[in-house]
Amino acid sequence: MLAGNIAEALAPIVDGCTLLIARESSGAAMEATRALIRRGVRRLHLVACPTSTLQADLLIGAGCVETIETSAVSLGEFGAAPRFAEAVRTGAVRVLDATCPAVHAALQAAEKGVPFMPLRGLIGSDLVRQRPDWRVVDNPFLPGDPIVLVPAVNADVALFHAPMADRDGNVWIGTNRELLTMAHAARKTVATVERLHDGNLLADPLLAAGTLAGFYVETVAVAPRGAWPLPLPGHYPADATHLTEYARLAATGDGFARYLDQHVHAQRAA
Amino acid sequence: MADVIVRLIGDARHVAVGNASPIPATAALAAHALGHGRPYVSLLGSVGQTFFTDGGRELFDCAGQGRLDVFFLSGGQIDGEANINLVSIGDYRQPKVRFPGSFGAAYLYYVVPRVILFRTDHSRRSLVEQVDFVSAPGTSPPHVFRTGGPIALVTNRCLFSFDRARKRFTLSSVHPGHTLEEVIENTGFAFDRPSEVPTTPPPSPETLQVMRGVVARELSEVYPQFAAAVFGIEQRRAG
Repeated sequence: MLAGNIAEALAPIVDGCTLLIARESSGAAMEATRALIRRGVRRLHLVACPTSTLQADLLIGAGCVETIETSAVSLGEFGAAPRFAEAVRTGAVRVLDATCPAVHAALQAAEKGVPFMPLRGLIGSDLVRQRPDWRVVDNPFLPGDPIVLVPAVNADVALFHAPMADRDGNVWIGTNRELLTMAHAARKTVATVERLHDGNLLADPLLAAGTLAGFYVETVAVAPRGAWPLPLPGHYPADATHLTEYARLAATGDGFARYLDQHVHAQRAA
Repeated sequence: MADVIVRLIGDARHVAVGNASPIPATAALAAHALGHGRPYVSLLGSVGQTFFTDGGRELFDCAGQGRLDVFFLSGGQIDGEANINLVSIGDYRQPKVRFPGSFGAAYLYYVVPRVILFRTDHSRRSLVEQVDFVSAPGTSPPHVFRTGGPIALVTNRCLFSFDRARKRFTLSSVHPGHTLEEVIENTGFAFDRPSEVPTTPPPSPETLQVMRGVVARELSEVYPQFAAAVFGIEQRRAG
């Protein structure tokens, strides 16, 4: 379970797989993302849970993504996600536009092993028109009350970065409990962590309450500052200088290629 | 703008603020500071300014139950019937401009009783007659379950109120330093207005003091760039 290095930990993420990625404020596995780009992963079906920032923009810009299901991709305070926006305009990536609670509902359906979840709202939104996999049905308990059904998300791997793990593969996620839902929903979970915890996280009830059991975890690798240049909330802030520079470079295809050369390909394979 | 929003928040019990909303966040935190602990404020993406402990879904579950009173939404386009577009301009499959996406709008717009729309660049480009893509509609037919929707639109120039039955905005006040003519010139949709349009009252000294003090510091956790640029606050390094 505990992988010797990141490349080894990422083995379950194969070309063409459906990959769940965590939102920035829950822990985006950026060191792992750079390793995936270096490896040249292709045709990913990316599901942002429920949104993404630099992680999706990098993967899309590097040509790793065939479809992305997301409620939004932006760089937050650093502006629009330039490679995402460009890829949508040129048709290089197919977007399944969602709304945040629909992604949460689809994950919950998957973790329960049921085919769909009902969700309020949505009716009259053009999102429903663009999502043939979403259905409007009549509430069987109250005829005349239309409601939307979203199908369970069928994912191969969930990927995120967290503060710590133990040698048994248990991962401490704190209050970022959508990481639990993602891990329960996906067939396999790959996590990177800041550091190893001595002892078993499930042995201490205070830590156990915020722990994803190793039962769900396929591989875990240690990656100090593994969310960089994004923040790991409670541990380190975003690298604003770097993200400003990214937004500037990624505005053009050439600039983005330079960024990849300098900050992704030039790095040692972890 | 933030002070106008503080007044719109009024005596709400629970106010949540979504992504990319530094001005609503400023207002919500100021309302909390001025209200001595009420309303509860939930800043999305925050560790310190939220009571949620059950992951990203808790906000939406809370809202679905009616436990969230006020939320804020914007749009790359907002039209005269308060439909909002967070997706794209032009054809959906081959857009001229692609925006980030709908975030939680296509759900929260329906189930939060008082949604405040905001737009920091009041122009005919953003305030349009009809949106190109409906991320979420301003109103719904009677048979569609809907307990919430828009009450107002705050811009850098003025404040509009929204009448859901008539599907129309009414100009409530024009901010100091701006004019009615300017609002008409820069608004792409038709709206109602009283014969005498009031001027938006300026923020009280107490509100300004709160915003520049405790609010600016709290804001720097989620919006460090905004807090630095507007209030000159350097980012706290989390432990």
